[in-house]
This record gives sequence, C-alpha cells and structure tokens, in this order.
Amino acid sequence: MGKEKLKSLLTLFVAGIVSLWFLTPIVFITLSAFATSEDYYNPHYIIPRHYTISHFYKLFFTLGAGNATLISLSVAALTILLSFLLGVPAGYALSRYKFKGKNALKLTILSTRMFPLMILAIPLLIIFMQLGISDTLWGIALAHTTMVLPFVILITSSIFAGVDIAFEEAAMIFGLSRSKAFFKITLPLALPGLAASAIFAFIMSWNEVFVASILTLQNRTLPAQILSTAMDSPDYYKFTAGFIMAVPALVFIFFARRYLISLWGISLK
Amino acid sequence: MRSERSIAPYLLFLPTLIYLAVFLAYPLAKALIMVITPEGGGSYTLANIYAVMNDSTFWEALKNTVLLAAVIIPLQVFLALMLALFVNTKFKGYMTIVYLITIPLALSDVSAALMSYNIFSPEGYINKILLNLGFIKNPIYFFGFNVKSSEFWVIVLTEVWRATPLVFVILLAGLQMISKEYFEAADVFGFSRFQKFIYITLPLLKPSLQSALLLRTLFAFQIFGVVWLLAGRDIPILAGETFYQQTELQQYHIAAVYGFVIALISILISWIYLTFLKSAKEV
Repeated sequence: MGKEKLKSLLTLFVAGIVSLWFLTPIVFITLSAFATSEDYYNPHYIIPRHYTISHFYKLFFTLGAGNATLISLSVAALTILLSFLLGVPAGYALSRYKFKGKNALKLTILSTRMFPLMILAIPLLIIFMQLGISDTLWGIALAHTTMVLPFVILITSSIFAGVDIAFEEAAMIFGLSRSKAFFKITLPLALPGLAASAIFAFIMSWNEVFVASILTLQNRTLPAQILSTAMDSPDYYKFTAGFIMAVPALVFIFFARRYLISLWGISLK
Repeated sequence: MRSERSIAPYLLFLPTLIYLAVFLAYPLAKALIMVITPEGGGSYTLANIYAVMNDSTFWEALKNTVLLAAVIIPLQVFLALMLALFVNTKFKGYMTIVYLITIPLALSDVSAALMSYNIFSPEGYINKILLNLGFIKNPIYFFGFNVKSSEFWVIVLTEVWRATPLVFVILLAGLQMISKEYFEAADVFGFSRFQKFIYITLPLLKPSLQSALLLRTLFAFQIFGVVWLLAGRDIPILAGETFYQQTELQQYHIAAVYGFVIALISILISWIYLTFLKSAKEV
C-alpha cells in the first residue's frame, strides 16, 4: 500500500514539473503582454501589479498589427479554401478508388515535403512579380497552399477512409448518384474531421513566417510584421505581439484537442 | 474500395497535379536556373556556387546549422521518449498532461522566440527573479554578439521547448500501438522493467523513432524564426543567410544557392533515411 502511494506521489510530482515546464513561458508572456510598461521595467516586481490593454490598442491601431492580423486571417482563409478545393477531391480519390499509379501519386504527394519552403520562396517572388501579384494576399496564399496541400490530401484521405463506404453504397442502391451520395452521406459524416484539418491548415498558414516575409513588403502578415519590427520595438510590444500570435494556437488546441493526436499522427507518418 | 476502370480518380487528382506542377515543380526548376545563371541574366555559369563556397559565412552557417541540429535533436528525442513513456503509464488525468505537452505544437517559432526573450532578456523573468533573491546585482546579458554561446544555448532551449512535443506525439502514438500481450508474455518469463524496455518497447518503437528523427532532422535544417529573432546574424544559419541574401542584399541568385543547399541536404537526409529503413526491414 505504501509503495502504491509513493508511486502516485512521484507521478504527481513529475506531472507537476512537466506542466510547469510547458505552461510557464505561456503564463509569463501573458503577464508581460498585459503589464503596464512601468511595472514591466520595475526590477522589484517579478509579477506585475498593474495591467492594461493599451499595448494591444497601440499595436493594433497605430503600429499596423491590426492590418497585419487581418492580412494573416485572409491569407489563412484563402489557403484553407484553395487547399480544400484541391485537396479534398484528391484525398477522396486516394481513399475510395483503386487505380493505376495510385502509389506513385501518393509517393509524389509525400515527397513534396522534402522540399523546404526556402527554395520555393525565391523563385515564387519573381514569378509573382511577373504575374503582377507580388506583395498581395493571393501570392502568400498560393505559396501557403503549396505547403498545406500535401497535408490536407493525406489527412482527408484518412478521414474519408474512416467513413464506412457501405453508407455511400447503400445510398447509391437507393438511387442517389455518386456525387449526391458523397454530399448527402459521406461529407456530413466526415465534417468534424474536416473541420479539424481546416484548423490545422489555418495554424500552418498563420504561423508561417519565412515565405510571408520574402513575398511581401507592404502587405505583411502578422508574423512577417513581427519578424521585421519586433526586435527594434520596446519589450512590452514584443510580448504583446507574441501573445497575439499565440492566441489562435491556444484556442486551436482547446477545440481540436480530441483530434489532435490522430491528426498529427496522420500528417507526420 | 472501388476498382472499376474509371477516369474519376484521375479527374479528382488532376487539379492537385496541375497546381503542384505550377507552384512547386516550376519554381523548383526556376530556382535551379537561378543557381546556374548570373544575377540579371546571362549564360550558364558556376560563379554563384563558387561565390557561396568561397564565402566564409556560408561555412559558418552550415557549421552552426549542423551544430544546432546535433545538440537539439538528441535532446528532443530523449525528452520526448521520457515524456511518452511517462504519459503512457496512463495515470489518472494523463490526457490533461498530453494536452498541456502538445500546446507548443501549434505555436509559431515567432511566438516561441518572443516567449524565450521574455524569460532571458535583461528585464526578463530570470534576471528579475535572481535580482530579487539577491543572487545578482546587475542583470545577466544572455543576448548579444559578445555572448554568442549563451545565445546558442537559449536557442537550443527554445527549440527543445517548442518542438519536443512533435516528437512526443509521434512516439506516444507508436507506444500506444504496442500490444499489451508482449508485456504479459514478458511477465511470464520474469523480465525486469528495464529488460522489457530494451527488448520489447525499443524495437517495436523503432519505426516511430525513425520517422520522428527524419522529420525533426528535416525541420532542424530549416530552422529560422527562433534564431533570427533571438540572435539575428550573430549566429549565421543556412535559412537565415538565405533570407539575408534575398531581402537585405537582394542577391536573389546567391539566395537561391543557399536555398538549394538546404534542399539538397533535405533530399540527402530523406534518401539516407529511406535506404536505412529499407535495409532495416530486409533484416
């Protein structure tokens, strides 16, 4: 009995250390994001005592972070739209059909991940300048779609594979066409998983900084804006900006937590 | 699974293939041409490659990138394995811990770097705590050109914090796939805990360990945001130099050479990994 108790105490202790390790930086940046600058620079206060939202206000409305956030959100939305329009049919094909060259296609999709974004960003800038879409939302969204698309295909194919084909076939026996069977039966059943992978695509686009920084000058996304200005700004703006960048991630973890392990499991295979 | 002869799957795949041809294959080909043509056009030349090879910053960037990877990856794999083994004992409330551990997975490198700066900056938490406890009189400077080695270790710590969860998720999924029957059989034969780990867990975890290693190695050679924000060019790295050549110097063709080096390393790593995996399977 004593040994059991010792073991559970030890487990509790390790769990406590692990939680502290992963949570402390997030708690700290939250405190610093809301601390008044006087409290932040006061060496006697470890934990700030006065809080304000004025850093957020200034960042958003006078320092351009509001605009950058809007750009980031639009780019992410466009990326989700494009990668789903392209990737969902491909994922469906992978999960529902047996066809010649299927493995070769799957391998092609997988192998695209070998190419780092660094090598794509440079020629894309020149291509976009020629197309007249450099420094626009569309340019970044197109580049982000290239990054997100392979993940969307692999994730959706395994989500569709998880929806029993028997439902679809039953619907077709009752006279629905294949496309109707897909939209009325399979799609609704796959919806939660698809929503989770949309959030996944959102996070990938929201976080991406290298390509976004190279492709834009005026229309910077939030991470690109932070990368180019943060280290020359007062510290409290750095932390407010870092906090704003982190919020969607935290929301994401909360809502998608049920799918988290399996989604990452699929995408990382 | 439908296997009737039909063009439907090809039609469903066609948009993706066209897209990848236009926005992946074409830019890659263009990048290759940029590597072997001079800035502003002209006939094929190896001048860009020579220029990069003769630049000591390139070698320093390569060295730093490799060094960071060599320090970060073993730490991450070790910590992730410990965490996965710990969580996999499935104590009460273990899923809460899994969620906590996975939070940094969705955080950007930019966020992580700023969180790290918040802790290690001259007015940061470490300095504040040490000052208030009376351990130091003046703040310790972790950042700056003359304290490069401490910058290096802050970067290592940040990357370990940020990306260990990625390895953790892969390893945990691998652990959960190991059938309990193996351990029950081992109990019958009186295996110790350690023996079970060495003879059952590790071999069965090998595929997960390998894919975690491949993925982390690929990402490690693309490390950018954390280093750029925390150290700037104090510690040159390959992706950082690509960025610098492109945006500051506007030497697009030189930047393409740097990008290509990263791509070649990635392909090489994938290739080594794939042949290694193949030979392991044949044994």
